Amino acid sequence: MKIITIAIFLNFFLISKVLALIEVDITRGNLDPLPVAVSPLHVDINSEEYKDLRVKELGEEISKIIEINFKNTGLFNPLKKDAFVQKPDIAHLKPRFEDWRLIKAQALVTGKLLIKDQKLKVEFRLWDLAAAKEMTALAFTTTPSNWRRVAHIISDKIYERLTGEEGYFDTRIIYVAESGPKNQRVKKLAIMDQDGSNTKYLTLGNELVLTPRFNPTNQMVTYMSYFRNMPRVYLLDIETGTQEIVGNFPGMTFAPRFSPDGKKIIMSFAKDGNSDIYTMDIETRIVERITEHSSIDTSPSFSPDGKFIAFNSDRSGLQQLYVMRSDGSNVKRITFGKGIYGTPVWSPRGDLIAFTKMHKGRFYIGVMRTDGTGERLLTENYYQEAPSWSPNGRVLVFYRETKAGEKGEGFSAKLWSIDITGYNERKLSTKTDASDPSWSSLLSK
Amino acid sequence: MNLGEKMTLKTNLKNILLVIFTTLILSACSTAKKSADIEGDVYTGKETVEYLASGVPDRVFFATNKSSLTTASRATLRKQATFLRKNKNLNVTIEGHADERGTREYNLALGERRANAARDYLMTYGISGKRISVISYGKEKPVNPKSSPVAWSQNRRAVTVKVN
Repeated sequence: MKIITIAIFLNFFLISKVLALIEVDITRGNLDPLPVAVSPLHVDINSEEYKDLRVKELGEEISKIIEINFKNTGLFNPLKKDAFVQKPDIAHLKPRFEDWRLIKAQALVTGKLLIKDQKLKVEFRLWDLAAAKEMTALAFTTTPSNWRRVAHIISDKIYERLTGEEGYFDTRIIYVAESGPKNQRVKKLAIMDQDGSNTKYLTLGNELVLTPRFNPTNQMVTYMSYFRNMPRVYLLDIETGTQEIVGNFPGMTFAPRFSPDGKKIIMSFAKDGNSDIYTMDIETRIVERITEHSSIDTSPSFSPDGKFIAFNSDRSGLQQLYVMRSDGSNVKRITFGKGIYGTPVWSPRGDLIAFTKMHKGRFYIGVMRTDGTGERLLTENYYQEAPSWSPNGRVLVFYRETKAGEKGEGFSAKLWSIDITGYNERKLSTKTDASDPSWSSLLSK
Repeated sequence: MNLGEKMTLKTNLKNILLVIFTTLILSACSTAKKSADIEGDVYTGKETVEYLASGVPDRVFFATNKSSLTTASRATLRKQATFLRKNKNLNVTIEGHADERGTREYNLALGERRANAARDYLMTYGISGKRISVISYGKEKPVNPKSSPVAWSQNRRAVTVKVN
């Protein structure tokens, strides 16, 4: 699989440091989404043709992607374009603020683009309509085939300016694409942009594959495969397509994740009915045993500073969550609530652990502080598990399955996301049934 | 309408009633049978079970989240051990499985633990560990795709499979 690496030349030409009057409160969720007008980007009439791109429509298309990104956050309310009062090129120079205020917009995004010498030049501006001021502006150049990423990068910059937090739009999600009847499921590794476009399949479906996870520092992936009927953890470079088995374990390895520096893989190794947690350094191949207990120890997840590991163990009798130092010392149980707990995942900000909770036949996705206090259940359903964090720690993506009938009919598995406030639950669009999502870090970071 | 016709009608009605009645009893029986197929959360029925040889069931069942062997499971495994002692050149894989009502990763570990519980028991009855490999499929290969307690109990299993 060849993924084109691109150089995006960020070229700040104007940043107004004025105190913005509009601000998006992201601590509360989407009670009052901010009305935003996203003007189509003006396409410079000197633009040249490029391959099969519909250049004339590119400005409109980019603005649509930005609108969908905004709408999906639940924090913004993109206004209908038919109410727009100014042409894109004129608005981009200097909007008539009072006219845009009439349609109840509080922020306005304008921009223009030019394709020349096989390059796409884009600039955009974000306007605070109440204060009648430019909030941020940015210009950059890239290859025209990256136009969708351009829309995501613009979305990220605006999100950052309005919320004070890093965006998560120029990212991808790796997951397991599922097809076929429930008792003969075919599973393939798949990757898509965070908005569901550009789906690519990374394996053919000949063997069972599970739990892909991104390296937080690059585009490497670790996952579990039953290749040759030997369930083992693999390392996959999605740019070159090369893959290798991780370590030389005489039994099943599973539940892999990267360390926050991307240098180690942490996973479970099962032998003689007992699963313990191990790490392997990808470069030196040195394997370390982290837990040594007769219970099941699995689903390990590092804290972002690398100092701690959250994991799942049934050493108390049933599945509970534990935290220990990264050398395996100082093991502490953190869940004591009703029900049983699985899949702890440390937030990239370090302040929360996301988990799956099972109680009275229902499944919950929730978050708690890293000492187990402050448990908040975000969503309840028949079956759901495996939360994965957006790189800014605002949104969780997970998968949900439905109940099956006599012959397995009615069964489906889909990806869903929810804001950590518990608001804005929504189904992600995937080409097939899907499970085990993992969110990448920002591509253009 | 003559008497003969009346009689036929009566008999027909009787037959129909009989059929309905029998159907009711049978369906009641099958419902009763289904709930009787689970004891303390462990499947005890014959559906889905295959045989390594005549009278030698290929699988044992488990309670939710458990990997301990029931009395019935031990009896099954002793039959498997006898069969394996008689067939000295035969090797087996024990496939451990979980139901769909748990997290994927924990279920992989649980399936491995169940398969090993069965393996350990065979070994205590004199079967060499070298002849028995294990593999866990977690919740990935349900034998019954339905979302119901009976299906889940059938899916919580360790299955002994001949490899040669």
